[in-house]
Amino acid sequence: MTDWFRSLFTGESRTRDIALVLIGSLLLWEGCVWLFQPPAIILPAPSDIWQSFIATPGTFLRNMLYTLGTTALAFAISVALGVILAIGIVQSKFLERTVYTLLVAINSVPKVALAPLFVIWLGTGLEPKISVAVMLAIFPIVIDTVLGLRSVDPDMLNMARATRASKLDVLLKIRLPNALPSLFAGMKVAISFALVGAIVGEFVAGGKGLGFLVLTAQGQFDTTRVFVSLVLLGLMGTVLFYIVDIAERLALPWHVSQR
Amino acid sequence: MNATVRPVPYVAIANAGKVYPSSHGAVTALSDINLDIRPGEFISIVGPSGCGKSTLMKCVAGLETITGGTISVAGQPLSGPPDGMGVVFQRDVLLDWRTILDNVLLQAEFMGRPRAQYRDRAMQLLDRFGLGGFEKRHPWELSGGMRQRASICRALLCDPDLLLMDEPFGALDAMTRDDLNVELSRIWQGTNKTVLFITHSISEAVFLADRVVMMSRSPGRIVDVIDIDLPRPRSLSIRETPAFGAYTQCIRHHFAELGILQE
Repeated sequence: MTDWFRSLFTGESRTRDIALVLIGSLLLWEGCVWLFQPPAIILPAPSDIWQSFIATPGTFLRNMLYTLGTTALAFAISVALGVILAIGIVQSKFLERTVYTLLVAINSVPKVALAPLFVIWLGTGLEPKISVAVMLAIFPIVIDTVLGLRSVDPDMLNMARATRASKLDVLLKIRLPNALPSLFAGMKVAISFALVGAIVGEFVAGGKGLGFLVLTAQGQFDTTRVFVSLVLLGLMGTVLFYIVDIAERLALPWHVSQR
Repeated sequence: MNATVRPVPYVAIANAGKVYPSSHGAVTALSDINLDIRPGEFISIVGPSGCGKSTLMKCVAGLETITGGTISVAGQPLSGPPDGMGVVFQRDVLLDWRTILDNVLLQAEFMGRPRAQYRDRAMQLLDRFGLGGFEKRHPWELSGGMRQRASICRALLCDPDLLLMDEPFGALDAMTRDDLNVELSRIWQGTNKTVLFITHSISEAVFLADRVVMMSRSPGRIVDVIDIDLPRPRSLSIRETPAFGAYTQCIRHHFAELGILQE
């Protein structure tokens, strides 16, 4: 027992360090609320947030699943569409001059501001939420994949040309694998952006999801329920990020960052 | 004029020149290159950096176009990379995501030939280059010398008649380099492959070649071609013989006269 207790504070363990920091912060939070007694509408204690969650866990989980579905679908569409666009941009000078230039221009617009437009165009169902999320998430995918497809060692391309390799072979066997590390870097950014897009979509189009829960709880000045939704969102974002991280480790055992 | 019949050159370079446009005006990379390479001959090209020796190799490989003169390979004027050629680059350019065997077989895949037919040959080549047992490894698990050996295996996979090598051992340490020189010499000898070997090392050039082509810079041009009449097979100890020393000294002296080396 004492050995176990001592091992908590000695040696190296990432999980333990993270757990200690999390538990420490929660205890500090709980202590401050207990000490200073702020009104619950300003800052609820962690224990209150937990109580609020277990009062109606079904509602929270159902809405979380909805947001998760929107995020996952938008992320999948962004990856598929983004990679196809990136390949087109790299293979065709015309697409580079037109589509890529346009994409870079649109990227500098605060896209969240366009969300209400999608409600007008697509109504209040799943479509506007997916659209907003894709619009946010596709940019890092396209830009990073274009970079990865382009940054091939010129001698590697010479080696392929010397054998008169086909353009398709060069794309599939050299350019695409070479772009995978960049694609994964883009995917790590995109997964968070997809979640942001889904929430913004729920803010403006309403109906379902954690974003909608935050909005309704705010309307009722139920700060505790706002916090429950935020905690769930934070958990979801973290888990999604690590899923991409693990996928990267599995897909790229050869890459420098994984050795 | 000739009493003996001159063999048809495998690579014929006539009055070849290469001029690059640049913002400071045209740059002449190669000027008036004339060189006939006999089938099965081992040619080393030696010269200082910037003399255009790599450019010349890329032109023969069909990777760059000349702006004047002609180059023909196997009697055919060049239009793009010729048939039956293998190229080894200064860096091994192996694909990190493929095993050594798959990297070697890439040559067959790119040339549109069935992998299965070349598997045995790939294993034999790897064996001959001391890489037996490493075929399942990835390039990043191997040393620089082993990686370059694998890249030579890749170039040799489809049994090319012409092997072009662009400073292949330039990035390796001296001992690995000696080792690979002996190995390359030994493996070349049993074949009738024509080799064009680019290097900046005079002793490497003499050790490997039947003829050493000396190039100078500004503009890139051939200043001399020296027949190397040393017995084969050659071992490293040949470098201590007076005959070998005479060749390297002659080349060094010539470069000194051109102001490229200090004597």
